[in-house]
Amino acid sequence: MPEILIYAEVQKGEIKKGSFEVTSKAKELGGEVSACIIGSGVEALAPELAKYGADKIYVVDGPEYEKYEPEAYVQAFAQVAEEVKPSIIFTSATAQGKDFTPALAARLKVGSISDCVDLSMSGDKAVAKRPMYAGKAYAMVDAAGDPQIFSIRPNSFPVNESAGSGAIEKVTVNLDSSKIKAEVKSVEIAASEEPDQTEAEIIVSGGRGMKGPENFKILEDLAHTFGPAATTGSSRAAVDAGWRDHAYQVGQTGKTVSPNLYIACGISGAIQHLAGMGTSKVIVAINKDPEAPIFSKADFGVVDDLFKVVPPLTEEVKKIKG
Amino acid sequence: MNTVVCMKQVPDTETLIKINPDGTGIVTEGVKWVMGPYDEYGVEEALQQKEKFKAGKVTIVSLGPDRAIESIRTGLAMGADTAVHINDAAFYEKADPYATASVLAAAVKDLECDVIFCGKQAIDDDSGQVPAILGELLGLPVVTQVIKLEVADDKTKATVTREVEGGHAIIEVSLPAILSAQKGLNEPRYASLPGIMKAKKKPVDVKTAGDLGVSGEPMTVIKEMSLPPARQAGKIIEGEDAEQKAAALAKALHEEAKLI
Repeated sequence: MPEILIYAEVQKGEIKKGSFEVTSKAKELGGEVSACIIGSGVEALAPELAKYGADKIYVVDGPEYEKYEPEAYVQAFAQVAEEVKPSIIFTSATAQGKDFTPALAARLKVGSISDCVDLSMSGDKAVAKRPMYAGKAYAMVDAAGDPQIFSIRPNSFPVNESAGSGAIEKVTVNLDSSKIKAEVKSVEIAASEEPDQTEAEIIVSGGRGMKGPENFKILEDLAHTFGPAATTGSSRAAVDAGWRDHAYQVGQTGKTVSPNLYIACGISGAIQHLAGMGTSKVIVAINKDPEAPIFSKADFGVVDDLFKVVPPLTEEVKKIKG
Repeated sequence: MNTVVCMKQVPDTETLIKINPDGTGIVTEGVKWVMGPYDEYGVEEALQQKEKFKAGKVTIVSLGPDRAIESIRTGLAMGADTAVHINDAAFYEKADPYATASVLAAAVKDLECDVIFCGKQAIDDDSGQVPAILGELLGLPVVTQVIKLEVADDKTKATVTREVEGGHAIIEVSLPAILSAQKGLNEPRYASLPGIMKAKKKPVDVKTAGDLGVSGEPMTVIKEMSLPPARQAGKIIEGEDAEQKAAALAKALHEEAKLI
């Protein structure tokens, strides 16, 4: 049986959904499931991990962990891993996970596999499936190291409530502060409650057809109507034109997303964009050009002027949602 | 200000990927190869820092087969001064992030530099691991996803803005450091014609992994590659006018797709 250790990530005082997803997956794979949570004032969150299958939860709690800084977090987690001696480590491939995981793997002198979308067991070892070329291809990848380390793309596995024994252990870490050569001066997070594009369930995305930055308001309105799991996105053309911040960009030099619903408005569907959103469960394309390549990938297509379709669509969604 | 830029040559973003018959890699025939887009931000930032300090040297380091020289020359044409080409097709073919970082570390460890730039990820394997491993191997701090850089006048530290979920963080890091470039850091310049001419005469140090003393057995191995399942075009929503189509679409999302 694998012994799995999870890195439980905290953002805005809550454990990330992706961390629960990997905990659920670990429980499903069998064996002992441990989790490690790091932060300041995070001890109270630890029992939540038990709900999804954690048998043991290691808590590293202190003011020095208030802001995420990879060196301190890696040192802390590596000391917990030293004690647990897991055969597998899971992290969620969130923005923070993508920074943390390779640094952790390097510290433990093993290779890690990034952004996995599926896992299967072969004996006690896991084999991962991961996208390459922003999703234009997939690879099955073996990790030879001990432990094996995988970061798992958010939304790849469901969250299942399946209680673990949930013993909590507070860990005191000996931080070697001489190795901490970077200091987080400040963190500015927009007040927006919207989820990150990589974790959103619904994305309303706009491209060159939006004609200007002021017009994205109608996409935001539609996204808000769908609820808190929805957000907006953008094509590279709209970002390069300066209409939207790069954080919104979906595609090969932006984010690769996999929401339940992707609504592409005024996006023609360049190869690099289609790669970044091709695994969305349902794709809707709204574009007045019937020849736009996006229609060849869309489950539902509307050939019309997006400025005439999106506002009434928002009203219709409101009606249905009551 | 001396800097190193780690650069990987990758297929252009508009490339349609095909899998080779033995399923372990892509068909490289007909691929247009370019400098990694994120590495390009690294080259540009290195040049801007050199211009700001009015002194120093920009060195491009790249692991790749013969063809990588074209992208190395692109960097030199943009304005980089010299390059190290780890031209080792056998090593490159099986290199995973750890092996790649090991050979890059060996190539840069004796170069005097204040910052080592990397792209935040190469857009072929999308691993995004090399900067972190490089930092570990060289004992240097790493800041990833950098969108703004201000180097202190004495070059002992830098104030760096990095992209984080939903916003950004400001980090003060001691130099030398490894910084991974994110889109937004700058607007890469195009190589000028004189730049292209000059690049042809700039020195490129060619080495193999063996010359650098790195054997590098990979820790992760690609077993099999596949293409994503092809998506079929679905249905076009019909209607007399845009409003009718909007209503029909909402109905389809509600009743057929069950997403509302």
